[in-house]
Amino acid sequence: MEGMKETVEESLREMRETFASGRTRSLKWRKAQIGAIYEMVKDNEDKICSALFQDLGKHSTEAFRDELGVVLRSATVAINSLDKWAVPKHSNLPLLFYPAKGKVISEPYGTVLVLSSWNFPISLSLDPLIGAIAAGNTVLLKSSELSPNASAFLAKTIPAYLDTKAIKVIEGGPDVATILLQHQWDKIFFTGSPKIGRIIMAAAAQHLTPVTLELGGKCPTIVDHHTISKNIKSVVKRIAGGKWGSCSGQACISVDYVLIEKSYASSLIDMLKPTIKSFFGENPKESGCLSKIATKQHVQRLSRLLNDPRVQASIVHGGSIDEEKLYVEPTILLDPPLDSEIMNEEIFGPILPIITVRDIQESIGIIKTKPKPLAIYAFTNDENLKTRILSETSSGSVTFNDVMIQYMCDALPFGGVGESGIGRYHGKYSFDCFSHEKAIMEGSLGMDLDARYPPWNNFKLTFIRLAFREAYFKLILLMLGLKR
Amino acid sequence: MAAKKMFGAADASILVTDLRRSFDDGVTRGYEWRVTQLQKLLIICDNHEPEIVAALRDDLGKPELESSVYEVSLLRNSIKLALKQLKNWMAPEKAKTSLTTFPASAEIVSEPFGVVLVISAWNYPFLLSIDPVIGAISAGNAVVLKPSELAPASSALLAKLMEQYLDSSAVRVVEGAVTETTALLEQKWDKIFYTGSSKIGRVIMAAAAKHLTPVVLELGGKSPVVVDSDTDLKVTVRRIIAGKWGCNNGQACISPDYILTTKEYAPKVIDAMKKELETFYGKNPMESKDMSRIVNSTHFDRLSKMLDEKEVSDKIVYGGEKDRENLKIAPTILLDVPLDSLIMSEEIFGPLLPILTLNNLEESFDVIRSRPKPLAAYLFTHNKKLKERFAATVSAGGIVVNDIAVHLALHTLPFGGVGESGMGAYHGKFSFDAFSHKKAVLYRSLFGDSAVRYPPYSRGKLRLLKALVDSNIFDIFKVLLGLS
Repeated sequence: MEGMKETVEESLREMRETFASGRTRSLKWRKAQIGAIYEMVKDNEDKICSALFQDLGKHSTEAFRDELGVVLRSATVAINSLDKWAVPKHSNLPLLFYPAKGKVISEPYGTVLVLSSWNFPISLSLDPLIGAIAAGNTVLLKSSELSPNASAFLAKTIPAYLDTKAIKVIEGGPDVATILLQHQWDKIFFTGSPKIGRIIMAAAAQHLTPVTLELGGKCPTIVDHHTISKNIKSVVKRIAGGKWGSCSGQACISVDYVLIEKSYASSLIDMLKPTIKSFFGENPKESGCLSKIATKQHVQRLSRLLNDPRVQASIVHGGSIDEEKLYVEPTILLDPPLDSEIMNEEIFGPILPIITVRDIQESIGIIKTKPKPLAIYAFTNDENLKTRILSETSSGSVTFNDVMIQYMCDALPFGGVGESGIGRYHGKYSFDCFSHEKAIMEGSLGMDLDARYPPWNNFKLTFIRLAFREAYFKLILLMLGLKR
Repeated sequence: MAAKKMFGAADASILVTDLRRSFDDGVTRGYEWRVTQLQKLLIICDNHEPEIVAALRDDLGKPELESSVYEVSLLRNSIKLALKQLKNWMAPEKAKTSLTTFPASAEIVSEPFGVVLVISAWNYPFLLSIDPVIGAISAGNAVVLKPSELAPASSALLAKLMEQYLDSSAVRVVEGAVTETTALLEQKWDKIFYTGSSKIGRVIMAAAAKHLTPVVLELGGKSPVVVDSDTDLKVTVRRIIAGKWGCNNGQACISPDYILTTKEYAPKVIDAMKKELETFYGKNPMESKDMSRIVNSTHFDRLSKMLDEKEVSDKIVYGGEKDRENLKIAPTILLDVPLDSLIMSEEIFGPLLPILTLNNLEESFDVIRSRPKPLAAYLFTHNKKLKERFAATVSAGGIVVNDIAVHLALHTLPFGGVGESGMGAYHGKFSFDAFSHKKAVLYRSLFGDSAVRYPPYSRGKLRLLKALVDSNIFDIFKVLLGLS
């Protein structure tokens, strides 16, 4: 570990030196780097898909949709928009301050740390990286050891494409993270669990380092059968896709559990079963379209969640587990107890609890008993219900009549609240995430007012009072001696 | 009057529970409630100014003009702005959707965090208490204010007035010191807003990390003033004096801390300062009523120690008189103190002004950059290129050219620090934003689903996805029409 500590310190020293040199401030440099990320992904599609397949059994289509495509798009948007994003914002100043000028410029923080996650190891590394570079920072990326092939790819390939004095990659697990966190960074961007998020923030506090924490939670999906029954097929497909179609439920914005009125639960289940079959065939393990669980430990965790006898009793589909093959079957539960473990921690796996309520309005109450999630999904055409959801619940985001897709909308900030996180990114929000908004005010030396200076007297006090109220007419009267 | 009970962990817990209940009941969400509370704050400013001025005189010896202008008037303006703009601020912001999420509409909804904690400072006890509270209330939060115990008359008055006028089911004041603050910090808050020192800022953020509570930290630093020989010296010096001794006698977070100028120009600067200081404060500044005193003996001793240090005490070129009994130190100018002296190592926060001389002004950039990032950095010059370089390369919370401190009165500029000087910003709409969670909302239609989203994955689907990402118009039509 001594060697690792030295490596980190040497990297920090070099990145700080590079930042101080001013090289990363140039928009041209930033665009070139982001362009290089684009090229890197395009040139190495097959290698990346292969790494993702080895790490997570991810099908190349899923890999493209959720990772490569995201990065390519993010890079394109950043390159095309950077000039606009970097423009100073001019502020209007009150007349009293004329002819002073005010503006806000976005300035890079300096040397930033990006800590990525294993479930989308490419996009959760490169997307924040793009943001950090767009904002003009030097960056150290630590990829997750739980996706070793993707991590190795990044560690090997990034240096071949990007400016190694400014952008560095380090591989490793918690011990490497600990060393990194002992040092001072100008910003830390973390994607992962709330538990580790707390550790990151506590470490950041020692250096007053601002943080963005993209965490997780239980993303509920409300199904208001009354108002969407006409489109129930679409609804079921979207829910199934949102649970099993992306990294086998191991996404921070996966559908965690469904809320539906009791009388419709069984018909939902009856439609989910054939949908699962249409996605993965008779034997999902062999389909090649269902991602693997990350590690044996993760399989054991999911296994433990299912082992609760009350939860076992609620299984209406699936339930089989093959630890060797890192496989958990797409599983549906009907009304596992609300106090069971599976209903109190983020599932992060291919198990879908369906929680029934008497009246769909009750689902809001249930959601509120849990920590604020990253996303709330609701399938409904009832405007009242929509309003109630928006005003009575809190979450990073709310998506009506779909799941997961808010991730693709880069005009929307992507981030959590409460247990699901602090800060946000995507699109311009990525640029802002890694920028300090510096206020610049320029006064004029020409116009000086005596009233600004001691010794104080009543005249000056009145003058300043009126000035603050922007009572310009009265001010003029005062100055002309016509006002007491 | 009943003896003050010790406010401990249990009290803090009950307090937060009470306020959370009020928040969950929706007390603070409505526009009317927020407006009413803001109007009450305005009444406090309008009807109780003499008491506020008296409390500030007790606590700080603050001259009436400073109290009236820098505390009450600024607050009045802040409240009026919020009243005028609140409807706009509360309105959802439309966001652009893209082809990948078509058909959809998106918006960003501002939502209160919930129950928030505002910890204020002693130097501008009314301004720094009520201004953040204005932001918290505008954004619809329930709020607990803890004023500083080092300004006890102000703290007591704040507690009394806020209890008298505001809705105590959602707005409370807790007076106290370390014990009370610690008890408060153990609770889970939805946001913490702290004004004070970097040292305590770390403590606050570490406590917040336990609950993943986002924070705004308004800290301080050594705000440098660079004085170019190409300037209007009289105006420059008057503004520096007014910004330093005229703002709570140097005890302000954006006080000009030290001056950087050339060896050649320094004597002129010193002469001009001496002259203007006498104009402002007379031949016996210790007798002047136009400056605040030092807040207490702890700070007096701290400043005294700075002045008495070997190799510093002989650098005094003006002032230096001390009166511990009356907590007064004369406006003091020092020339070329050692860079590693106490006075150059920590934020002065008092009436001492070191002037450091350089061979040429360019060196000032390196001096500033070698130190922690301050809350403000000032430059006086007519030289356009110098202004541009300064604004672009000096990192600070805010940059002010040709004036001192006024930027904090401008509601159109974000006011906050970076690095050691803090994180987050407020004033004007930035206050509303500081206390709001920006929730992303996506409205999707159930029509127009595309099989390319779902397993089983195929090469064909992959091609379509790529086309979507590349925005190939022909392939997109196929995708949109649900053909695959």
